[in-house]
Amino acid sequence: MKLIKGIPVIDQGNKLGFWGDKFGGNFVPETLKKPIEDLEVLFNKLKKDKKFIQERDKYFKDWIGVPTRFIKLENLTRHVGGAQIWSKVVSDANGGAHKIYNATVHCLLAKRSGKKVICGDTGAGYAGKMLSMAAKKFGLKCKIFMGAKDIARQQPNVKAMKKNGAEVVPVYSGSQTLVDAVSECMRFWVANCDTSAMCVGSTVGPAVFVRICGWSTSQISRELKVQLIDEFGSIPKKLKLYNCVGGGSSSFGFWNEFMDYDKKQCEFIGVEAGGPAKSKKHAAPLTYGSKIGILHGAAQYVNQNSDGQIEETESISAGLDYPGISPLHCFLKDTKRARYTAASDEQALEAYKLVTRFEKLKPSLEPSHAFAVAISESKKLSKDTVVVVNSCGDAYKDRGILEKRLGKKYVKSN
Amino acid sequence: MLNPISAAFIKAKQENRPALLTYTVAGDSSKKQSLDILKSISKNADILEVGVPHNTPVADGSQIQTSAYRAIKNGIKVNDIFKIVKDFKKFDKNKPIILMGYYNMIFQYDENKFLNKCKLSGVNGLIVVDLPWPENKDFAKKCKKKSIYFIQLLSPTTTKQRLKKIMKDSHPMSYFISMLSTTGGKLKGSPEDILKNYAKIKKINPKKEIVIGFGITEKTIGKLKSADGLVVGSAICKEISKSLKHRQNPVTNVSKLVKKLKKKIQ
Repeated sequence: MKLIKGIPVIDQGNKLGFWGDKFGGNFVPETLKKPIEDLEVLFNKLKKDKKFIQERDKYFKDWIGVPTRFIKLENLTRHVGGAQIWSKVVSDANGGAHKIYNATVHCLLAKRSGKKVICGDTGAGYAGKMLSMAAKKFGLKCKIFMGAKDIARQQPNVKAMKKNGAEVVPVYSGSQTLVDAVSECMRFWVANCDTSAMCVGSTVGPAVFVRICGWSTSQISRELKVQLIDEFGSIPKKLKLYNCVGGGSSSFGFWNEFMDYDKKQCEFIGVEAGGPAKSKKHAAPLTYGSKIGILHGAAQYVNQNSDGQIEETESISAGLDYPGISPLHCFLKDTKRARYTAASDEQALEAYKLVTRFEKLKPSLEPSHAFAVAISESKKLSKDTVVVVNSCGDAYKDRGILEKRLGKKYVKSN
Repeated sequence: MLNPISAAFIKAKQENRPALLTYTVAGDSSKKQSLDILKSISKNADILEVGVPHNTPVADGSQIQTSAYRAIKNGIKVNDIFKIVKDFKKFDKNKPIILMGYYNMIFQYDENKFLNKCKLSGVNGLIVVDLPWPENKDFAKKCKKKSIYFIQLLSPTTTKQRLKKIMKDSHPMSYFISMLSTTGGKLKGSPEDILKNYAKIKKINPKKEIVIGFGITEKTIGKLKSADGLVVGSAICKEISKSLKHRQNPVTNVSKLVKKLKKKIQ
């Protein structure tokens, strides 16, 4: 299995949509074959269309507010005493997280295809919140599927979705988290694909959704590349890009533009959710050697039992609480382009405490996982190493959890 | 030897009616009870579809999901399903059985091993909801070698060109999804419209048996009886749930329901 230089990773799949002939594909009911094919044709055409790119860039700039900041975490760097720690503050984006890129592109596509309704799944509520914002912006009706457990633990985002006029549909099946929300959303699309567009909230699902999402979030690395050159004159000789990985949309977008660099110069580190320290359940299929299986239309490493039933996961972070992982990351793991590891709930909370103690930055629980590993590894790294952590979400949505786990003072200071 | 699925269609045609296909989930609500249900409905059903429960079913509505979760909760494993089929075949060896499920279960079991087990236990056909054409080409060929029908699904969204290609590769039986819906949805559109779409598919190759499924209940089944076969699934799963809720015996209730369904198409 090999990565090809000079071709975007999203376009390296084979005819049937498999990366490395193994990951991804289209394991979908017959009913969805046609709408997926239509979306593929539309996307393949538009991603080469200069006018469409201009339109996308206009909304990214004027509405999302790109570029997001690239800042040095001076105090944290001093405290850790190793590599320079920087952050790409993607949570600056309109809505407070990277999910806005994919949501915007899906709404633009939905408009082009004449659909009036857009449905989407959400875990932490960011994908749903952003989709509701974009749908409102582009005049589409919006329906968001969300696990009942996630609705309870991510209330601020639920309120935001409703305020934007979206219908939030609670999903009570299975573990009542993201995995069930995606299933329910796909079921809705099966029954309504003639009138509705679907937005899969991450780089997961049938191949075209993986590609659209990866294409959209790649905005992050396009900006970072420019910002790195602005700051250092060239791409640093020792660059390490840390990102949390749930479905894998922010990390893929954070790395994409650096794909062709040698990994000795530019290393990618994906941090999965290890779950509570004492729990055997985790949401880290790449770290803990899960087997390949089919989930939500794509072949991927996925937590499952020997029969092929998908296993429940456990994580403090709703956005990472997913048993599978993007086919793109399976591909990057097996080609050894990226390295994957996990942080536990407790490590993520500690990292959150540390970052907020030293910096004016409030990473949500998802990027706090990435900070945990970045901080611990930075200690051992030389001062000329540039560590960049994608702070892809804002902790506002996690107030309830943070207050419960860390006490009121961490929420008040927010 | 003629596949019992084809034999069942011949018999139904001789009786001037569509074949009645039932769908129940293996292990719902227990291994024994699901076997008892199969035994009790076999005199009125022509072909028995047995669901392999999966916990992330992307095409099933709430009734079948409820049955599947119940079966999984009660501990059903793939090997138990083969055992149920085998035990059933001891009771009625000529009654055709089709396993219906999602590809991950087959993939984890290993395609070849799964098909060997199907053969040994007496499975006559397979429906794999999320393994569409052309992705299913290789697997369908493997099925053919074992004389197991791989049943292609056709949908109202399937284009004419695609229909032709699928039908060309199809085995003697295919399955037409009546409407844009997950299983168990309320029938959208009129039975006449469904039959119009159905006729278009039949025209491609009139020799192939095509059954209609999704949204078929006691109320609607009579209006579709010109088809080769009709599948009732969610309505049966609902009957099981209802029986359990009211502390009644699902075996007798489902048996009664299937008998009524049969009457409507005679």
